[in-house]
This record gives sequence, structure tokens and C-alpha cells, in this order.
Amino acid sequence: MQNFLGEFYFFIEVLISGLLTGTLYSLIALGFVLIFKASGVFNFAQGAMMLFAALSFVGIQEKLGVPWPVAFVLAVLIMVILAYLVDKLVLGKLVNQEPIILFMATIGITFFIDGFGQTVWGSDIKVLDIGIPTGPLFIFDILIDKLELVAGVVAGVMVAGLAIFFSKTKVGRALRAVADDHQAALSVGISLHHIWIIVWSVAGLVGLIAGIMWGTKLGVQFSLSLVALKALPVLILGGFTSIPGAIVGGLIIGAGEKLAEIYIGPFIGGAIENWFAYMLAMVFLLFRPQGLFGEKIIERV
Amino acid sequence: MGLQDYGVLVRRNCEPGHFHIEPLLEIGKSLLFIYCLATIYYLGGWNRFFRDSSGRKMMKFKNMFLSVVGAAVLAAPFTAPAPAAAEESLYLPSLVYRTGPFAPGGVPFADGFADYWAMINERDGGVGGAKVITDECEFGYNTDRGVECYERTKNNNKGALVYHPLSTGVTYALADRVVSDKINIVSMGYGRSDAGDGAAFPYIFPMSTNYWGQATAILKYMGTMSGGTIEDLKGKKVALVYLDIAYGKEPIPLFEAAAKKFGFEIQLYPVSFPGIEQKATWLQIRRNRPDFITMWGWGVMNQTAIKEASNINFPSDHFIGNWWSGAEVDTVPAGAAAKGYKSAAFSGSGKDFPVIQDIEKYVYAKGNGAGADQVGTVLYNRAVASQVLVHEGILLAQKKFGVASITAEQLRWGLENIDMTPERAKALGAQGIVPNITVTCENHVGVGGGVKIQQWDGSNWSMITDWIQPIDEMVQPAIKASADKYLQEKGLTRATCK
Amino acid sequence: MFYRESGQFSSSYKQDQAIFPLRQDRIGLILILLVAFFGVPLVASDYLISAIFIPFLILALAALGLNVLTGYAGQLSLGTGGFMAVGAFMAYKFATGMPEMPIVLVLLMGGLMSAGVGIMFGIPSLRIKGFYLAVATLAAQFFIEWLFIKVGWFTNYSASGVITAPPLAIGLPFTSLEYVFDTSAKKYIFTLCFVVVLALATKNLIRSHIGRGWMAIRDMDIAAEIIGFKPLQTKLSAFAVSSFLCGVAGALWAFVHLGTVEPEAFGINRSFSILFMIIIGGLGSIMGAFIGAAFITLLPIFLNNVPPMLGMNLAVDLVVHIEFMVFGIMIVFFLIVEPHGLARLWSIGKEKLRTWPFPY
Repeated sequence: MQNFLGEFYFFIEVLISGLLTGTLYSLIALGFVLIFKASGVFNFAQGAMMLFAALSFVGIQEKLGVPWPVAFVLAVLIMVILAYLVDKLVLGKLVNQEPIILFMATIGITFFIDGFGQTVWGSDIKVLDIGIPTGPLFIFDILIDKLELVAGVVAGVMVAGLAIFFSKTKVGRALRAVADDHQAALSVGISLHHIWIIVWSVAGLVGLIAGIMWGTKLGVQFSLSLVALKALPVLILGGFTSIPGAIVGGLIIGAGEKLAEIYIGPFIGGAIENWFAYMLAMVFLLFRPQGLFGEKIIERV
Repeated sequence: MGLQDYGVLVRRNCEPGHFHIEPLLEIGKSLLFIYCLATIYYLGGWNRFFRDSSGRKMMKFKNMFLSVVGAAVLAAPFTAPAPAAAEESLYLPSLVYRTGPFAPGGVPFADGFADYWAMINERDGGVGGAKVITDECEFGYNTDRGVECYERTKNNNKGALVYHPLSTGVTYALADRVVSDKINIVSMGYGRSDAGDGAAFPYIFPMSTNYWGQATAILKYMGTMSGGTIEDLKGKKVALVYLDIAYGKEPIPLFEAAAKKFGFEIQLYPVSFPGIEQKATWLQIRRNRPDFITMWGWGVMNQTAIKEASNINFPSDHFIGNWWSGAEVDTVPAGAAAKGYKSAAFSGSGKDFPVIQDIEKYVYAKGNGAGADQVGTVLYNRAVASQVLVHEGILLAQKKFGVASITAEQLRWGLENIDMTPERAKALGAQGIVPNITVTCENHVGVGGGVKIQQWDGSNWSMITDWIQPIDEMVQPAIKASADKYLQEKGLTRATCK
Repeated sequence: MFYRESGQFSSSYKQDQAIFPLRQDRIGLILILLVAFFGVPLVASDYLISAIFIPFLILALAALGLNVLTGYAGQLSLGTGGFMAVGAFMAYKFATGMPEMPIVLVLLMGGLMSAGVGIMFGIPSLRIKGFYLAVATLAAQFFIEWLFIKVGWFTNYSASGVITAPPLAIGLPFTSLEYVFDTSAKKYIFTLCFVVVLALATKNLIRSHIGRGWMAIRDMDIAAEIIGFKPLQTKLSAFAVSSFLCGVAGALWAFVHLGTVEPEAFGINRSFSILFMIIIGGLGSIMGAFIGAAFITLLPIFLNNVPPMLGMNLAVDLVVHIEFMVFGIMIVFFLIVEPHGLARLWSIGKEKLRTWPFPY
């Protein structure tokens, strides 16, 4: 009985930590969703943007010696400038192209930001510490990572904020209009360029926040952009167009991969997390090809 | 350049395996010149040519500019390389990764290499009168780029003498090529463990100790911690947390054999590449409660693991990384969690060594140097240590063959005859950095090499043990067996050691 | 003027259906092949052949494979690296398990195994589409990579999971004579033969009923179904052919180029870089696969070589960062100028050549 209870506790512990890790993935997936929702672009550069934002944030602190809130504001400013440039130099020139071409353009952006960020801020590892609590927390002897708890709260706040932004503000409504139909939005006087700049800036902000959370966990270095690969299954599971989907997807993927690693992994050799997340997402997709919360794909000939 | 010369060029280049760049350069230059002239002359015509289907006319100057830039870029590879130095020289190319996911580990190593030879050139005017030419080639920890770097640099400056890729993948990929090219690899502390068998891998020198030797030394140290010798590990549980790639898997067979032999339990915890997310691993470790943990990690995995170990309240002094899991780049980002963490090492860190002080004096004091904040770090000093051994090998070869510009084949003889006694190490200013080993033709690992254990006190690494010798009776047969398997698959026979 | 088809008449259906109906194309192809088979090995240096031409050819073959799937059949895939790995490791198993099997057959068997795996991972494509499918194929990529790391059988229980390819030798039947491909020039010719034969075969396949089915599915799958192409067979055949080509490329990579190979050599970055190749070269074009592969493999090496040759002594990391930036800028630039890839630029050029110098 004691043993069974112990096992049960362990199961709960794995489940909770999986769910919390999942919210960390969600933070990155959110950035993808925002841009896909508003412009139909699968933004390959989201991981690079996260790295760039975090690098700028730490770099500004290091080089200018300013307190972190100031650095935060400056980093947001940098991301806004980046959004402006992306619209001006890349997307603005590719209006009306097929999705795959826009996707490729974001690959180009990825390379550019990766190179540029490292040129400006260097590629050595940087410590990011702005006082986010880290370390363990034991509740009934169940281990919880404080950082992940904070990440969960941050993700919740961001989703709520974005939901309000999309449904209550004028800009948000304009965003949804653009997402529904570019031409119709244009004809009622919504500027596509403004909308894209706003969306990319917001995605940059989301990237910055995700970058700060992950940077606290890993230190700011090139590997940070690899984290984006962890967000892709979350994204397809939740659906490319749904903000709550990103959160729910994150929870499912996070819990799923941890449970699989611990309960299936040892029998087949371990280290299955990476592909298991993708397999899980693929199985879900077989039943709902547009993801859990994605908009239904209607095809006509 | 007349028509005749073109004939000569074609004839000469038609001899297989010969390629002469100089006449080609001439052709390239003249072509470039003709091309530019033609561009300018035909600008009107070219404009028509480039007009797009809508009839829109492209800008004249833009067009011309693009053509000229394009021509310049195309012709650039044909412009003359630096003239070959007539003086005596030694060419030591350096495959580095200052970018990419493993840059934090690659940078200090590359800096140590560059600074050491800069110091030797400045202080001694080279080695034995021959200037040392170093040359970095960036490969970003990418195996095929590493191979490309090797191929690109191997014939420069009268031929490369020795490579040290700092990547297990590249070391594997070069294993065949160095045999036919007769160039050495010094893979100090990484690469193929079985390459210690000098008769099977005549050009690879995994000096000091390899992963297998290191594994036994770490086990011996765990034995010391639990009371006395490795026998005291009986009944204990040892966890191996490893990066799930070739490098991380290398020591597993040895750990398993040792577990059987000494009666302890080995638990294996693979971590998916690149190791940014390890929660599941550490929850399992928390449940299974091993007595010791050892780690084969690299890059971002290390600090994540150190943090997670502290999260599960695992006593940090029972957590012992291998020597690629114990540098400042691993512990500093982990912050307070890293305090008390231990790792294996074979070269001292810090600046209290004559050779490091010479680097500061001859390189940094003159405003040169690759990276001031790296001097004295674990990986920096390790690079210096490996180059001290190469230095010694060069000196021996120069003495034996009586030439300053030795060949790679002569350097191989030098490396195979290294006897790094404490006196020699002291003479090179590197006592405490370089391990005291004796290399032979049969044993490229070197006899006498071992492992020290170092501990992180929150701001510095300090050595807490003396040399721990690997258990050779376990390691040597394993090396031999694996090398035999390699020879058999390749259809090769053992080289003879005279 | 240079590229005019006037005066070339087809007088039989056979001529009309020739693979290269234009004389200029035929001459061009023969010239390219002559240069590739004779010019390159005679003139190029060892470095050029072993570090640039061989990897370029192999990657072009892989890009061709992906182009069949993505460019012709419209199924976006990020699992290329995984399929290459299958080819490499299975070829290794065949080579070590059956040493008497001829090396050419070994490599082709690697490709066939890869085709089988490709069909398996192609099944979800019947329901999943577009970017969703792209991410789902990542499942294949990660799973295959993991499998070869984990299951010792594939690597003959090598401790580190690295396989060492046996020497390349073709034995003459009924004799003990062997021809060993040991120098880089010989290896180059060996690779080139594979690539040329497979590229021509693919070109022909695409002109056939099967190829037209792929393109119909790509353009509108429901419409294709209505006119009689079965989605199941069509999509799976695209997966099979694509994985076969990738598998052979992977086997060549292991056997000819590197000699030893670890699963990470076929990691996610390999998949991405091959996708970039066909995107930059041009989706749905054989030529595009080659141009793209040339662009992606040569540009970094080129950028790496330029500054030192111009006498600039830049730090290596800065060069790489600049390389990244230039690379990104060039991708965006090409997309803006010509979204359909470099191959499209080439065909525009041909159009111009046809009418030059009197375009009106």
C-alpha cells in the first residue's frame, strides 16, 4: 500500500512538472500563433526572434549597465524596430504570395537575425537573472520548479491579455479582420502594414518574455533558438490559429512527453521525449487534421 | 600571357592530381577585365537584355553596379593567395567552433590554442627557428563542415602537421583520411577511445587518457569517497547521465563491465540532444536515489543538469562530471546550484603557471590575444596543455631529423616519443597543466596519464585530488578489442611498431 | 538567337516525346556531362573534388528526392535527414551482413529500405496537409534518428553508435579481381554515375503518368481525385520515390563522402538545409535541385574563402556571422526578385536568349 501510494505520488509529481514544462513550451508557441493568425505566415523565425530578444535584453544590461526594466523597454523597442523592418523590407514586398514563399522568407529572416544578434552581442553564454525565483518547492513532498510555476502564471496572464486585446480593443478587432480576409479588411480602411507591424511587435514581445523565462533557465546562448523545435508539436496539436490551443497543446505535450519518458522510456531505451511529442501530435492530427482548436479547413474545388 | 601559356596550363593540369592555380588566376583576371569592359560597352544592349516582361526598364547604374560587383565576387577566389613564406615554418591549422550551439565551449579552447602559439612566436621566435603559422577554420561543430575545413587547409603552407578538431564526430570522420594523408590528430581527451591503439590508428593521438580510462578513474574516486577503494562501491548505485549521441554513449560498455566486476548497480539516463529539457530524467533520479551521479555532457546540457540536480537536493559533491562537463561555462550559468559540484580534469585551471603568465606577458600585454576573459579557464588551459604536448613533439622531431620545418610524418615520430617528465614540463613552463605521460608507438594514450578531480567552490575550480590512474587492465583490452573490430571492418592490418 | 527552336521539326511521335526535344538542350547537357565526367577530375584539385564536388552531388541527389515529394507532389516534408539515415544505416547492414553483395546493389538496397520507411511515414499525409504535415514529418526525423542511436543492431553494436563504411570496391564477376574506388577522383566518378542515372530516371518518371499524377495532386488534390488519380497510390508513390532517392543519397554520404557516419550527421539541420536547397533552387524542377544544392553548399565555403583572399583578416566567428546574414539577405532577396527559385531565373534567361537581341 505504501509502495502504491509512493508510486501515485510520483505519478502526480511527473504529471505536474510535465504540465508546467508544457506552459514553457506554450510561451514560444504563442508567438507562432499570433503571426499565423494575423497574416497566415508560418513564422520560422520565432525561435531566432526569441534568442535575439533575450540577447538584446541581456546585452543592453551588460553593456549599458542599466537596470532590467529599462533594458526590457529598450529590448521591446528593438523588437518593434525589427517588426518595422521585417514589414518594410520583406513582407511588404511579398504581398499576395503563396504561404510557402512567405515561410521561406521567414527562414531568411532567421538566418539574418541569428547572425546579426551574435555579431552585436557575441556568442558566449550570458547569465540572465532578474530575480525570477528559481529552485525547488516541495508541496507534500511533490517537487515543483518555481521557475515553471512563474512561467505558468505568466503564460496565463499573457493569454488573458491577448484574449482581451483581440476581442476588446480596436486594434485587436482590426487584427481579426485582417486574419479573416485581407482584401475586405483593406477595403474598410485597415492598413495592412500597420497591422503587420503590430503583430510582429507583439510576437516580438511574446518572444522576449519567453526568452527571459528560458534564459533564466538555460542562460542566454545560441541553444536557446533550438527550444523552438520543442514548440512545434505544441503548435500543431493546438492548431495554428488558436491562442488557447497553444496553452492546451502545451499542457498535453508537456505532460505526455514526461509521462512517456518515465513510463515508456525505460523499456525502449529512453530519451524518447523529442520524437514522442511529435508522434503524440501526429496521432491527434489523424483525428483532427486542423489541430485541437484550429479553424476547420474547408476545401472546395 | 600568350596563347602558348594557355596550352601549358591545360597540359599541366591534365596530369591527374595536379592543379596549378597561378595561370588560372591570370585567365581569371583577364576574363574579369574583358567582362567589365564588355559590361560597360554593351550597357545599352544589356539593358534591353535585362528588361523584364512588363517592359519595365531597369536602372542603368544599378545594372552596371550589379554586374561589376558580381564579376568582382566571382573573380575573388582567383585573386592571388598570400605568397608562400620562404622562411622555415610550421603549419598548425585549427578547426574551431566559435559559433553555434557549442560555441561557449569552443571559444575558450580556440583562444588557448591561438594565444599559445602567438606567445611562442613572440617569445622564442617560433619553434627551433621555424615560425608557427596558425590558421583558424570555423566549422560550427558541424561534421561535414569540419571535413571541408580539413580538406581546405591540409595542403596549405607546405602541409598541415596536426589537427585537433575538438569534436568526436569530426575525429571519427577524419580517422580514415588522416591515414592516407599522413597527418596527425591530437584528440586530447575526446574522440575515439579505441584510437589509443597506435598500431591500429597510427596518426591519432588521444593523449593523456581516453573516455574509458576516465570512466574507471571516476569510479575509483567514488570508491575513495565511499570509504577506500573501488571495491567499496559494492552494492552502491551509480547513475550515468549522458548526452544521447556518439560522445555520450562511448563510456557505457566500460561502466557496465565495471558494474559487473565490482558489484555496483549502474543506472543509465540518456538525455535527448541537446539537453535543454531534462525534467523527466531528474525526477527518475530523485525516485531511484543513486549514491553517485556521473555525467557525460557537453554544452547547454551541463548547466541544466547541475541546476536540476540541485533542485532534487542531490548532494552536489556526489555529482561528478567528466572533463567536458567541468568548466566555467557550465558552472557559472548554473549559479549557486553548482557550488560543490565536481568534475574530472587533467589540466589545472587558473593563471599560476609560467606558461600562462608568459601568454599574458608576451601576448596580452602587447594588446594582442584572442580573448582576455578566457585566460586561465579550464578549457583554455586544456588547449594550452594539448599544445604544450604538440610543442614537445615538434622539438623532439626537429632534434631527431635535424630540420626546422618538419613534416607531419616526422612530427608523428616526435609525438610517439614524448616523455613528459616533470622536469620537461617545468622547462616548458607547464608543470601542473600538462599531464606527465610517456607516449609510445603502441600506446598513443600515453603511460602515466590520469585524471584529477576538481571541485567548484562558487567562483573557482580547484583540484582536490592527486592523479588517479585508470584501471588499465580493464581499459587496454577494451581498446584492443575495439581497434581489432575497426581493422576488420575496414579490411586493414595492424601497422608495425619498430 | 542562341536558343531558337525554329527549324527543328519532329517527324515522329518518338522524337516528339524525347526527353530533351531541343537540340540546344541536348548539346548543353552533353557539354555539362563531358565537363562533369572528364573536365572536373582532370583539372580540379583534390580539395575541390573531395570537399566540394562530392558532397554537392550527394546533397543534390537528396534535394532531388525532396523535390519529388515537395516540389512535384506538394507534400511538405522535414524528414529528409531521417530518410537519408535509413539509407545509410541499412546499406551498412547489408554491406556487413552480406559482404559478397556488390556495392552498387548495397547502396540501392539502402534506398529501397528507405522507400519502405518513407511509405510508412507517408500514410498520415492522406489526412494531414500543408504545414501540419511538415511538422508531422518531423516525427519521422526524430524517431529515425533516435532509433539508430538506440538500437545497437543497426550499428553492429558499436559502442558509440558510429558506423564505419567498408571500402568501396567493385568485384568483377567470376574472378577475384576488384576495382577499388580509393582516390577522391574515383569516388567522384562513382558518385556522379549514381547521380546522373538517378536524375535522368527521375526526369523521365516525372514526364510519365505517375509524375502527372503527383502534379495533379499538388495543384488540387480533390480535383485530381475526381479526374481519376487515386490519392493513396499517388501520394505514397511520391513518398516512396522521394525516400528512395534520399536513401541512396544518405548511403553515398556514409560510404563515399565521410566513410564513417553517426546518426547526428542526418539530424534536423540536414533536413532543413535540403529544404532550403529546393526552395532556393526552385520547387518542381530537376535543375532547381542542382542549382539549390550548389548554392547552399558553395555559398558558405565561398563566403569563408573570400575575406582572406581579399586580404581582410576577419575573425572566423565574425565571418560566420556575416555568412549567416548574407545568407538570410540572399534568401529574402531571391524571393522578392523571383519567388519561384533560381531555376525560374534560368528559364527566364532561356526565354530571353531565344529572342535576343531583338526582343520585339
